[in-house]
Amino acid sequence: MASSAKKLKDQVGLTGNSAVALAMKQINPDVCPAYPITPSTAVIETFSDYFANGEVDTEFITVESEHSAMSACVGASAAGARVMTATSSQGLALMWEVLYIASGMRFPIVMATVNRALSSPINIHCDHSDSMGARDSGWIQIYSETVQEAYDNMFQAIRIAEDKRVLTPAMVCMDGFITSHAIENLTLATDAEVKGFVGDYTPEHSLLDTDNPVTMGAMTMPDSYMNFKFEQSNAIAGAKEVVVEIGKEYGKLTGREYGLLDCYNLEDADVAIVVLSSAAGTTKAAVDELRKEGKKVGVLRPRLYRPFPHQEIAEALKGIGAVCVLDRADSMSGFGGPLFTDIRSALYGIENAPLVMGRIFGLGGRDFNVANAKEVFEETFKALEAGKIEKTTGYITI
Amino acid sequence: MATLKKLAEKEELFTGGHRLCAGCGIPQIIRLVLRSAGAPVVGTTATGCLEVGTTIYPYTAWKIPWIHSAFENAAATISGAEAAHVALKRKGKIAKDKETKFIAFGGDGGTYDIGLQALSGALERGHDFVYLCYDNGAYMNTGIQRSSATPFGSATTTSPAGVVHPGKEQKRKNLTRIVAAHNIPYLAQGSAHNWKDLSMKAEKAFAIKGPTFLNVISACPLGWYSKPESSMEISKLAVDTCYWPIYEIEEGVLKVNYKPKEKKPILDWLKLQGRFKHLFKEGGDELIKKIQADIDEEWERLLDLDGKYVI
Repeated sequence: MASSAKKLKDQVGLTGNSAVALAMKQINPDVCPAYPITPSTAVIETFSDYFANGEVDTEFITVESEHSAMSACVGASAAGARVMTATSSQGLALMWEVLYIASGMRFPIVMATVNRALSSPINIHCDHSDSMGARDSGWIQIYSETVQEAYDNMFQAIRIAEDKRVLTPAMVCMDGFITSHAIENLTLATDAEVKGFVGDYTPEHSLLDTDNPVTMGAMTMPDSYMNFKFEQSNAIAGAKEVVVEIGKEYGKLTGREYGLLDCYNLEDADVAIVVLSSAAGTTKAAVDELRKEGKKVGVLRPRLYRPFPHQEIAEALKGIGAVCVLDRADSMSGFGGPLFTDIRSALYGIENAPLVMGRIFGLGGRDFNVANAKEVFEETFKALEAGKIEKTTGYITI
Repeated sequence: MATLKKLAEKEELFTGGHRLCAGCGIPQIIRLVLRSAGAPVVGTTATGCLEVGTTIYPYTAWKIPWIHSAFENAAATISGAEAAHVALKRKGKIAKDKETKFIAFGGDGGTYDIGLQALSGALERGHDFVYLCYDNGAYMNTGIQRSSATPFGSATTTSPAGVVHPGKEQKRKNLTRIVAAHNIPYLAQGSAHNWKDLSMKAEKAFAIKGPTFLNVISACPLGWYSKPESSMEISKLAVDTCYWPIYEIEEGVLKVNYKPKEKKPILDWLKLQGRFKHLFKEGGDELIKKIQADIDEEWERLLDLDGKYVI
C-alpha cells in the first residue's frame, strides 16, 4: 500500500502531446523546425512556450510547411545538430519525399508522429494511414500504447537513432486524440536522469566543420546506389538489437523496461489479437473479461514496427490456434492491412503456425471498444473451432 | 572591392573536373561568388544541372562543405544548417568568434517554380544566408522544359514552336520583384560577364546580415541553341538589350548599376539563339515587337525607380 501510494504521489497527469513536448524540453534539442497540424499542434505550441520562456536553448524554426520542416531537419542534422520535430497526417504526407532523404543520408532525426487519418475525405481523427504509408521510408517506427510510453519512447528514440550502429531517423507514434489529447497519469524522469541518459550528440561529419569539407547527397549511379541501400537496410535491421539494449538500460534507470513486443496473456492463449498502440489497451480489457469466463485469449502488441521483429513475432505467436491482426490502416487493394500482411508473412513456413485473419478497424477515429474487441475474439474462436478461416480479410464496425 | 588580381589569388573552391557543359554559364558564377565570401562557406544546391554536374559519386567539385537534398527545398535546407550554426554557437559547441557564411544555389526551376515557397519562407524568417539563382530560363537538366522564367516566345520541349502555338505564350515571372517584396536587406540582378559588378554584389550579399538574394543570368548553349563560345557575348547582350537589367535594391533603395550607352534592339540577342529561330519566320515580327515592348516597359519602370525607395 505504502509503495503504491508513493507511486501515485510521484505521478503527474498529462496529455500525450504535453508529455511529448515535456520530453523534448528535457532533451533540449539543438534545432526544432516545426509546422502545426492537428492533432500534433499542441506538441509544438507547448514547445513554443518553453522556447519563449527560455526553458530550452533550442533554435526553434517556424517553417512554412511540413516539407520545409523536414528539409530544415535535414539541413540542421547535416550541420551536426540534434534535431526533433512533430507532425501528423497530411503533414507527414507532405514530408514524404524528405523522409527518404533523411534516412538515406542517415540523419538521426527524431519525430513525434501523432497518428491521424489521411484525406480524402478529410478527417482529423486517429488512424495509422499516415505512418503506415511511411513504413518503407527507412525510418525506425515505435508505436506507443499510453502517454507514459510515448514519453519514455522519446528518450529511447534519441539513443537508438544516434547509435553509431544505427544512425537512422526514428518516429515515435501515438494515437491522435486518444493518446495525444487524453490526460493520463505518468511518472516523469528528472532532468538530470534525461541528460545522463541521452548524453551529448557528436556527429561523425558536419557541414559546419569548414576545415574538413564534406559533400553530402552526391549523385549516385547504378554502380553505387544499390550498395548504399544495402548498407542502409542492414543498419536499420540491426537497430532491433539496439532497441532491446536501450530499452533495458532505460528500465534500469526508471524501472520501466521496454522490449520489441508487449505480450499479454499469450503463453497459454488459444486465440490472440495483434494490434498496435492504444487499441491494445482496449483489447487487454477485453482479455481480462474473457479470461474471467475461462476463455484463453491474449494480445500481442508490437512496440517496434520498423525494423519489423518478424522472428520474435513468429516465436510469440507459434502454437496459438488462431490470430486476428487488427490494422488501423488499409493497404488499398492489397491483401489486408499492412500489419496483417507483415504478420502473415512472418508466420509462413514456421511450425505450429496459427490460422491468421486480418480486420481493418478504427479508421478516421471510428470507435473501437471492449465489446468490439470481444466480437473479434469470438469470430477468431469460430475460425479455430472450424479449423479454417471463412473470411481472411475485411472491415469491422462498419 | 576586390581587384581581378586579388580575386584570382583566392583559393579555388569550385574545382575543375565537373561535368557541366562547355559554355555553361554556371561555373563562372559559382567560382566568382565563392571567391567573394570573405569567410568559410557552407553551401547547398537544389536538384539540377549544378548538383548533377558536380557530384557524381565518388567525385565532387566542391571544396566547401556542401549538401544536396531535393529540388524544392534548398532554402529550407540552408535554413536548418544556419539554425544549427546559431544553436551550436549558443551552446558553446562552436567557437563564438568563428564566422561561417551560408549559401543556397538553385536554377530557375528550383527557385521561380518548385522552390518558391521554401525561398519565401526562409526570406521571411530572416535567416542569415545568401540565395543565388542561376537563371538559364528553363528546366535544362531534364531536357529544356519551360519554367516560369522562360522568356515569352522561347521554344522549349514543353512549349515547342508549333503551327498553332509559337513557343512560350506567357511572359516570364519577375522573381526579383517578388523577392523585393519580402523587404530583405539586399538583393540584386547580375551577370557573370560583368565580373566586377557580380563580385561586388556577392561581397555585399555575404557581408550583410540577414537574407540576401542574387539573381544571375546563366547562359545555356544546350537550351538556348547557341554556340558555347558565345555564352559571354550573349550574356552581355542580355544586359545591353535590357532584357536582363543589372540592378540592386539595398535597404529598400533601388539602383540601376549599369545603363547601356546605346540600348541595343532585342533582335540582336534573339538572333544568336536557336530557341527563338521560329520568330524569324513569317508572322514572327509581331511577336518580336511584343518582346521589345515588354522589355522597354520594364526598363522604363526601372529607370523611373532608380535611386528611389521602392519597398
